[in-house]
Amino acid sequence: MDPVLLVASIMVSATPILLAALGEMVVEKSGVLNLGVEGMMITGAVMGFAIAVTSGSPLMGFAGAAVSGAVLSLAFGFLTQYLLSNQVATGLGLTLVGLGLSALIGSHYEGQRAPALGKLDMPLLSDIPMLGRMLLSHDIMVYVSLALVAAVWAFLKYTRAGLILRAVGEDHASAHALGYKVVRVRMAAIAFGGACAGMGGAYVSLVRVPQWTEGMTAGAGWIALAIVVFASWRAFGVLIGAYLFGGVTVIQLNLQAAGTTVPVELLSMSPYLITIIVLVIISARGVQGAPASLGRSFHASS
Amino acid sequence: MNRRTLLASAAALSLAAGAALAQDVPKIAFVYVGPVNDGGWSQHHHESAMEMKDHFGDRIEIVEQESVPEGADAERVLTQMALSGADLIFTTSFGYMDPTINVAQKFPDVKFEHATGYKTADNVSAYSARFYEGRAITGYLAGAMTETDKIGYIGSFPIPEVIRGINSSYLHAAQANPDVEIAVVWLNTWFDPAKEADATQALLDQGADVVLAHTDSTAPLSVLEKAGAYGFGQAADMAEFKPTPRISSIIDDWAPYYIERVQAVLDGTWESHNVWQGIGDGMVGIGEFTGPIPEDALTHVTRMKEDIASGAYHPFTGPINKQDGSAWLAEGEVADDGTLAGMDFYVEGVSGEIPN
Repeated sequence: MDPVLLVASIMVSATPILLAALGEMVVEKSGVLNLGVEGMMITGAVMGFAIAVTSGSPLMGFAGAAVSGAVLSLAFGFLTQYLLSNQVATGLGLTLVGLGLSALIGSHYEGQRAPALGKLDMPLLSDIPMLGRMLLSHDIMVYVSLALVAAVWAFLKYTRAGLILRAVGEDHASAHALGYKVVRVRMAAIAFGGACAGMGGAYVSLVRVPQWTEGMTAGAGWIALAIVVFASWRAFGVLIGAYLFGGVTVIQLNLQAAGTTVPVELLSMSPYLITIIVLVIISARGVQGAPASLGRSFHASS
Repeated sequence: MNRRTLLASAAALSLAAGAALAQDVPKIAFVYVGPVNDGGWSQHHHESAMEMKDHFGDRIEIVEQESVPEGADAERVLTQMALSGADLIFTTSFGYMDPTINVAQKFPDVKFEHATGYKTADNVSAYSARFYEGRAITGYLAGAMTETDKIGYIGSFPIPEVIRGINSSYLHAAQANPDVEIAVVWLNTWFDPAKEADATQALLDQGADVVLAHTDSTAPLSVLEKAGAYGFGQAADMAEFKPTPRISSIIDDWAPYYIERVQAVLDGTWESHNVWQGIGDGMVGIGEFTGPIPEDALTHVTRMKEDIASGAYHPFTGPINKQDGSAWLAEGEVADDGTLAGMDFYVEGVSGEIPN
């Protein structure tokens, strides 16, 4: 099995869930549970595809996907933050809306070709034997997603704004008492999460598959939600979780294609099995790190 | 309102109801496993249903439900359809077999038609297409086109239909190229474009350069196009990928069958049966051959298609051994439909095990 090709496939397979999970982690850090990741991803997938096809530029597609994901998530934000609707029910509703909306928008784009997102060719670096081709010659979105992981980590850990966001997620009443705008902080986090999910979806329709097919994210949003828990709400945990899940998925397909003697049933369930095992280990350690105000509605009167 | 007008209006109402009853046309229902624009399997059932609808016009009413998961959900949807007055229900995926049989028992007056299964009842027919005839042709082309001597096969579920497809593909690929190997990847889904794309990539990474898909979306062809490898349209022509990577296709044409069966309901002559039609009957179509297919391979598959259609050639003609080397078909012997319908073994030359 060629490690160069394998790592390249893993990176492509992991990037959509990495982006979506990273965005959702920030949302949950601010104390909001948005179960609409799947809906925002599929909307991003169709909008990204449509814009890339119309404009001829895949990067425009990604930008459009981020905007449409954010707009959709703000609808969720308005309902849950201003009208104080139930976050779980609204999030599920968002998924249903996203699936329906994407099917409607996408009907014109079935069977069309997306402009290809070129591989980033870094002079010298990409020519390093093995490592160069394995890690340094992917499309730009792979690096954007990795840079975003580092940026989110630094933002939450070192910046004042990051500290405020975490404070809002841990105890919104105290944060409010200190004069922080709880609802505004949360709306910003929700929009960021929507933009990330939208880009993740666009990565599926523009790079991984690349075409538009109704329902094409096929549950990736739910896996992203699981990865946030798996990562104990930490940026690098999300990175590990997404690459682990993407990696096991790709490796099991490669093992099947290479004709190993390992039973297929075991291979197929391995991504889920490993996720469960890691979750068990994490809960056994007792450190879970869920934000204390996660999923609770906030109103300044309470 | 006095009593007289009340009585009059009641009479008018019952008359109207009577008239409505007289106009009651047979309600034909369809259940699909994927979205009706998946570009493959479900789309072709839907299009055939629409063709049938155009044929009958106002004489029937049609209801459809897409993306119904196989299993308990299917049973709920079918029950709902039967309760809401459907007269004939087409269940168009293998996994609907047991739900169809279960619901059919509860509604003996509703007629059911289940695609690609093998169970029937007084009010349940089974209909299927001999896709393995098409697989013989695409398999031969795969063998003729591969330069790495390795072809890939994306399996959905390990059911007889898919196993027949793998065996038929391999046997005919080996006719074109005796050194050919087939690598099978099982996905346990009919429709998941991202997973189908990943599987195609994995097969390419493992050295395959022609990939046959037994799943429903066009995702494998997108990946093959990027890689410069070859594939085939599955269930639909997938003409948007002409001339390459799609070099031919297996096209399902259900419309003539749907028209025939609905006509039988209208005539009151519907009876349960179990049919299996192939290239000769027109239920399995072979799409145009495109791309750089060598001349001799082209002549061979063109002749093979005619021979299969006329019945002169059966894709499972001996000598064929089972995977473990034991004899299955003797020289010149042709597989019987019973064995084919329940096929649960690989033929000699295919490696790997069939998942349970």
